[in-house]
Amino acid sequence: MTAKVNYADVEVGTEIPAQSYPVDRMNLVMYAGASGDFNPIHWRESFAKAVGLPDVIAHGMFTMAQGGRFVTDWAGDPGAVVDYGVRFSSPVVVPDEGGATLEISGKVEEKLDDNKVVVALTAKSADQKVLTRAKAVVRLA
Amino acid sequence: MALNRDFIGRSFPPSDPYEVSRVKIREFADAIGDRNPIYRDAEAAKAAGHPDVIAPPTFPIVVSLGNAGLADPALNLNYAMVVHGEQRFEYSRPLRAGDVVTCTSTITEIKSIGSNEKMVVETDVKTVEGELICKTYNTIVERGA
Repeated sequence: MTAKVNYADVEVGTEIPAQSYPVDRMNLVMYAGASGDFNPIHWRESFAKAVGLPDVIAHGMFTMAQGGRFVTDWAGDPGAVVDYGVRFSSPVVVPDEGGATLEISGKVEEKLDDNKVVVALTAKSADQKVLTRAKAVVRLA
Repeated sequence: MALNRDFIGRSFPPSDPYEVSRVKIREFADAIGDRNPIYRDAEAAKAAGHPDVIAPPTFPIVVSLGNAGLADPALNLNYAMVVHGEQRFEYSRPLRAGDVVTCTSTITEIKSIGSNEKMVVETDVKTVEGELICKTYNTIVERGA
């Protein structure tokens, strides 16, 4: 398990460049199938609206997975992630036409011992913060 | 409706063994749009020091979801009103193809937040040999009427 980022090369405050991840209904249908979470709020618009949502929303775990992808693409080896947690602060609304976009960025918040660092993530969609307290602990090379 | 506080501290029997397959890992990686070869190609995974393809960090939700104990009517949980509040994974090592795992869950907290009910479920994901792979912390919020 070897990360491609060296512990010595990062400082508290080191920024990880922002990435955009498009999300459309097809992604949510695939995620429902792969995860086993078939709650209709993630694929049936009439149901989502009937329970008071503006439209179909993404699975929180789909959004969390995109944050995970952001971290593992940076670290190189997904096995370098030793802890990952988020709070779901606002839903990602995914309209039928055009879908949505997730904007994710990160920053090294703390350097721990044993080559570990805490990465704080920011995730937004339509200018709303969709994750808060999103942090991953990654063991660097 | 208030959740039944008698459930605080209650543990549920281990889930049936679940065998993690290369195909399921690939399906999950496809669903999250992640092309990382360590999820798809055993050689790439070995080059990175893993015995076989590993699963993405959020994959354990696949095995830890669907806790039969939460369906107990005595808990008073109305799933139609549930939203996912928080999620955390603490890994001892990545889950990988070939692992056969079971999940053991405990309700560690139930409390009111305004008109909502918050519940935290901790789950140990272990191989059938007894190796702890990760602990998951799942916080759900039942919205008040």
